[in-house]
Amino acid sequence: MLEVRGINKSFGPVHVLRDVALTVRSGEVTALVGDNGAGKSTLVKCIGGIYPIDNGEILVDGKPVHIHSPRDAAGLGIEIVYQDLALCDNLDIVQNMFLGRERRRGIVLDEPSMEHLAEQTLASLSIRTVSSVRQAVASLSGGQRQTVAIAKAVLWNSRLVILDEPTAALGVAQTAQVLELVRRLADNGLAVVLISHNMNDVFAVSDRIAALYLGQMVAQVKTTEVTHAQVVELITSGKSGTIA
Amino acid sequence: MIATLKRSPALPAILGLVVLCAVFSAMRPAFFTPVNFANLLQQGAATTVIAMGLVFVLLLGEIDLSAGFASGVCAAILAVTLDQMSFPWYLSVGAAIATGVVIGFLLGFLVAKIGIPSFVVTLAAFLAFQGVALLLLEEGRNVSVRAPIILAIANKSMHPWIGWAFGATAVAAFAAVQLWSWYRRRAKGVTAVPLRLTALKVGALAVLVIVTVSILNQERSFNVRITSLKGVPIVVPIVVALLVLWTFILRRTAYGRHLYAVGGNREAARRAGINVDRIRISAFVICSAMAAVGGIIAASRGNSVDPNTGGSNVLLYAVGAAVIGGTSLFGGKGRVLDAVLGGLVVAVIDNGMSLLNYSSGIKFVVTGTVLLLAAGVDALSRKRNALGG
Ligand SMILES: Nc1ncnc2c1ncn2[C@@H]1O[C@H](COP(=O)(O)OP(=O)(O)OP(=O)(O)O)[C@@H](O)[C@H]1O
Ligand SMILES: [Mg+2]
Repeated sequence: MLEVRGINKSFGPVHVLRDVALTVRSGEVTALVGDNGAGKSTLVKCIGGIYPIDNGEILVDGKPVHIHSPRDAAGLGIEIVYQDLALCDNLDIVQNMFLGRERRRGIVLDEPSMEHLAEQTLASLSIRTVSSVRQAVASLSGGQRQTVAIAKAVLWNSRLVILDEPTAALGVAQTAQVLELVRRLADNGLAVVLISHNMNDVFAVSDRIAALYLGQMVAQVKTTEVTHAQVVELITSGKSGTIA
Repeated sequence: MIATLKRSPALPAILGLVVLCAVFSAMRPAFFTPVNFANLLQQGAATTVIAMGLVFVLLLGEIDLSAGFASGVCAAILAVTLDQMSFPWYLSVGAAIATGVVIGFLLGFLVAKIGIPSFVVTLAAFLAFQGVALLLLEEGRNVSVRAPIILAIANKSMHPWIGWAFGATAVAAFAAVQLWSWYRRRAKGVTAVPLRLTALKVGALAVLVIVTVSILNQERSFNVRITSLKGVPIVVPIVVALLVLWTFILRRTAYGRHLYAVGGNREAARRAGINVDRIRISAFVICSAMAAVGGIIAASRGNSVDPNTGGSNVLLYAVGAAVIGGTSLFGGKGRVLDAVLGGLVVAVIDNGMSLLNYSSGIKFVVTGTVLLLAAGVDALSRKRNALGG
């Protein structure tokens, strides 16, 4: 569904992404792994239109696209849960979930229907720890904030959902729920990219694994064809004797 | 019910108002008279309107130090076009507000597109506008305003009758809006506020309106045979209309929502696809345009414009009004109503202390202290939230 080719990205003298290529297929969970600072979040932000790319190509359904802003990405059906969540503390859950895409009747915001949809979405994610969708995001726990950010991404009929370390702040039960959701999204035909440092999670839900090492894509393999040890080796040294 | 009241951000300002009024009435009976009540509203209107505009800039975590002199420049434009170019009043008003819009666009552009901190941009503008006002008024002339309609704005009152009609309309409209929203929420099956609470709010507003209008409709003239003076001052419906307009825009439109978002987390707003620069520029435009309206009211109140219009304490009173009302200096939190409540507090302090014959010096010190107090409360509540208290 999404293909990126030869992406380069530098911040001043720091060359963060070097000729990165990545293919993401609909109906599959692609795990993106790599050490801290490998460039995972940067790659995601390039796809999401947060950072402009220096050069390279992004293709959606085989057609080259230009993503200059978050709006472009959303227009292409790409939703991203950022590692740093990007929620407005002073707004409540509903306001955050619909931010930038508010429902209106005429020029007036349609609060009841937004609230209704937000409640439905949260319920479909079996999120019960949030007492009211009118709670300010500032008053939520780290895990609750994360679930809100995820709910925000799945609210829209997106075709590609990218989650940057979505389980980092979650408890055991919530993690299991998010992983289940990730699987469910892919089974419903969406393309999903999951960034995680947890090998158990990666092996539990992913169909393919893409490994970034110092800004270079060192391998894209089927999850069933590799072992834990091989993936760890790819992450830490950028190569694995047993994979070409 | 009590809990809802306690959580209301308007509470400190309302309590402050009640206490201040009680103290001043006790110390000087002349404070609690219809004459003084009307005076107070007319004196405080310009500051309040400027404060309403400032709320937009403060919501973004920015500041506009030039709002006072911007109002002075716009008032000067009004006076000069009326007096020297003999414009009809509406053209002069249009010119003054257009000047405000241009000023706001300039400030907003420098802040959002060039990236100069708003503190610096508007500090520079503070000085420059002072100069512009001097130039417009040719080195300090005092230009009197003679257009009857302009003079009426801050000096005349409505027929008692129209006052009642206006009050009734306001209450009815408020009730209708509340009921409609209750009905819509019920229809969608989302939790609606209990009707009892809505009824209470409408009732409270009705009481407030009845008390206010009946006090203001009393005869205020010292000698009825010369002139009769009664009714709700004309500035009141003007301020209320502005309050309703801007509250609607902030709370009920996507634009308002985006303004809060940019104030709360600019990066999150950007990632949500909001055009952050446009929002920031627009806030400065609204602020300066409202400063222009404030300048027009000040010109009306003073019957004239001089280079000091919008100067001295005007800006500090306006910032103070917004902050005392509960608008945060850190951005993301605030309402237009804050400016009105805070504006009343500032007007009461100013008016009450004048009646007690305190000097300007003491008035400034007290108002400054109240502003610091409000800012302190703001900072502390923010700190407590950050600590998760
Ligand atoms: N805005 C920026 N300006 C300059 N350098 C940046 C910027 N963002 C990221 N970098 C650099 O790019 C490199 C990759 O960062 P990135 O956040 O993509 O890593 P990551 O793979 O997501 O790591 P983690 O697992 O810790 O989240 C790092 O060396 C970082 O210092
Ligand atoms: Mg990262």
